[in-house]
Amino acid sequence: MPLTPVITEHWDDPELFTLAGYQRHGGYRALASALQQDPDALIGLVKDSGLRGRGGAGFPTGLKWSFVPQNDGNPHYLVVNADESEPGACKDIPIMLANPHALIEGVIITSYAIRAKHAFVYIRGEVPEAIRRVANAVREAREAGFIGTNVLGSGFDVDVVIHSGAGAYICGEETALLDSLEGFRGQPRLKPPFPAVAGLYAAPTVINNVETICNIPYIIDRGVDWFRQFGTEKSPGFKVFAVSGHVNRPGIYEAPLGITMRELLDYAGGVRDGGEVKFWLPGGSSVPMLTGEHLDVPMTYEDMAAAGTMLGTGTPMVFDTTVSVVKAVTRWLEFYKHESCGKCTPCREGTYWITGTLERFEHGHGTDSEVEELVELCGQIMGRSFCALGDAAATPYPAALKYFRDEFLAATTTPADEQFDPVASYVYAGAVAR
Amino acid sequence: MAISQSTREQMQQLAARYPRPRSALMPMLHLVQSLEGEVTPDGIAACADAVGVSAAEATAVASFYTMYKRRPVGEHHIGVCTNTLCGLLGGDAVYEALSERLGVGHDTPTEDGRFWLERIECQAACTHAPVMTVDWEYMDDVTPASAVEIVDRLDRGEPVQSTRGPVIRDFRATERTLAFPEDGLAAEGTPVDAKMLAGLTVAKERGMTAPGQPAQRASDPIDAGQEG
Repeated sequence: MPLTPVITEHWDDPELFTLAGYQRHGGYRALASALQQDPDALIGLVKDSGLRGRGGAGFPTGLKWSFVPQNDGNPHYLVVNADESEPGACKDIPIMLANPHALIEGVIITSYAIRAKHAFVYIRGEVPEAIRRVANAVREAREAGFIGTNVLGSGFDVDVVIHSGAGAYICGEETALLDSLEGFRGQPRLKPPFPAVAGLYAAPTVINNVETICNIPYIIDRGVDWFRQFGTEKSPGFKVFAVSGHVNRPGIYEAPLGITMRELLDYAGGVRDGGEVKFWLPGGSSVPMLTGEHLDVPMTYEDMAAAGTMLGTGTPMVFDTTVSVVKAVTRWLEFYKHESCGKCTPCREGTYWITGTLERFEHGHGTDSEVEELVELCGQIMGRSFCALGDAAATPYPAALKYFRDEFLAATTTPADEQFDPVASYVYAGAVAR
Repeated sequence: MAISQSTREQMQQLAARYPRPRSALMPMLHLVQSLEGEVTPDGIAACADAVGVSAAEATAVASFYTMYKRRPVGEHHIGVCTNTLCGLLGGDAVYEALSERLGVGHDTPTEDGRFWLERIECQAACTHAPVMTVDWEYMDDVTPASAVEIVDRLDRGEPVQSTRGPVIRDFRATERTLAFPEDGLAAEGTPVDAKMLAGLTVAKERGMTAPGQPAQRASDPIDAGQEG
């Protein structure tokens, strides 16, 4: 399957981040067209396109928009989730660095469609470069009359605010993000009510991922039929894949949904040193890992689910045979333990227990019985917390055990660093002497 | 340090961005860090005043987020990603080398108070592993030697360019950007690098484009160049 640069098509133009650069490539044409259409028609169009959320869950975007009650007299809000913090996910930040106006054009169109006069872009505080690039785009769009009152003479008013986070993975969870944006500790809310009904300031709110919103101008400009040429019936469209890890050319590769990891690997120059894939994760540390047996599974929402995993953020991490899976999984659990917000007991306490046990395995001190007990412990966390962080923390170990049981059993006697020389997995192995 | 009237006015500017002032609490805390180098009790109290909550409530927010520090960070915040991908691809050794060079461990300032070292979580730059940050600006694809060299240069006061951003300023300047994002530096450096262009480069080499753009685009009356 060929690569199909759409969102990334003009990234090699160093002026693309400017308004003039973006407009040279057709930018803001979709906005002019959208403002001449009925908002409900736009929601219908996005529904018909079949676009699904690119933040991980894959929820149909148009359907989400349609849940916002219309003509209810309440203010509506659009919130863009630009808190990309999922380990392995690195596609929204590049989009914001390279093509920030696509995001802003999408924000304005979406605000118009859901009848929101305020939009917020919640960008993680750890990436000031993304914050300044998007803020610059907002300034230019405001100066050009695309943001503000009576946008392009349409009578539509919209304001866009860039909001900096301050270092909390949990704020990528949509309801925690809302609490954070309201000036509270970022802790998830119980759903229902869903944000479409009671979101920011308890008003109807749509929360969409950066890449999702960036699809909107292209769908409006080129149409549903064009969009549905890409991908499958259930997973239409294209995807900004970010391939990282032990590959020769890690980077951004945009392709239709349904491309396989084998094809992406080929574009990325294959596994380094002609090696082999030991395990890979299609979209972040929160989705179950796959192995070299799964390289031909189409990367769609439905095919990944059938293979026992999820497309997630669509940012495959590739690990070659130099890597200890025990060490990899332990490190992810240390992350979830650190990032658990503490609200729900199963997640708060469970991440400590799993991490503590896995750290013993990493040092060669696990026991045979704990290999099974950990599965049970993960089962007690899964599905028992407000948000998906607990579920995510309960995911890596059972998935790894399914394919690499022997390695965990070996870790009852042999530390991970003795099973696998850590230096061998460095990408600069042999290249740097210190 | 007492919070000046000018600072309080800037806090009001931040509050005015939002339908409800409390939403500005986080940017206000970034503003405090930009002025004080940490979130001081005085600074937190001023934020609390500005949004109309108790100091205890504002402290509860400040203590939740890892970027807010309650000890002086110093001139430069040094981060090394040691999450699974960066760590196993070499970030662990980068962190060890910097810890040795700076003589401190995780989330700690150096003895002279100039640097702060931190093992950071995934920085959304896995394609550029192992990743280091200086004052949260990207320093991509580092090795132990190149990371130590970066700190040496900062130590000597020599300019250091972020791999995908501006020349490094200092921790406080970055915190200022987080409160007031329009810092005039959006055009600095090379934010779009070869790895971000990897797929586009392959596509061009192999003559691949997105298929079937509608025919009317060629004769579209709204020419892109005329709009702006």
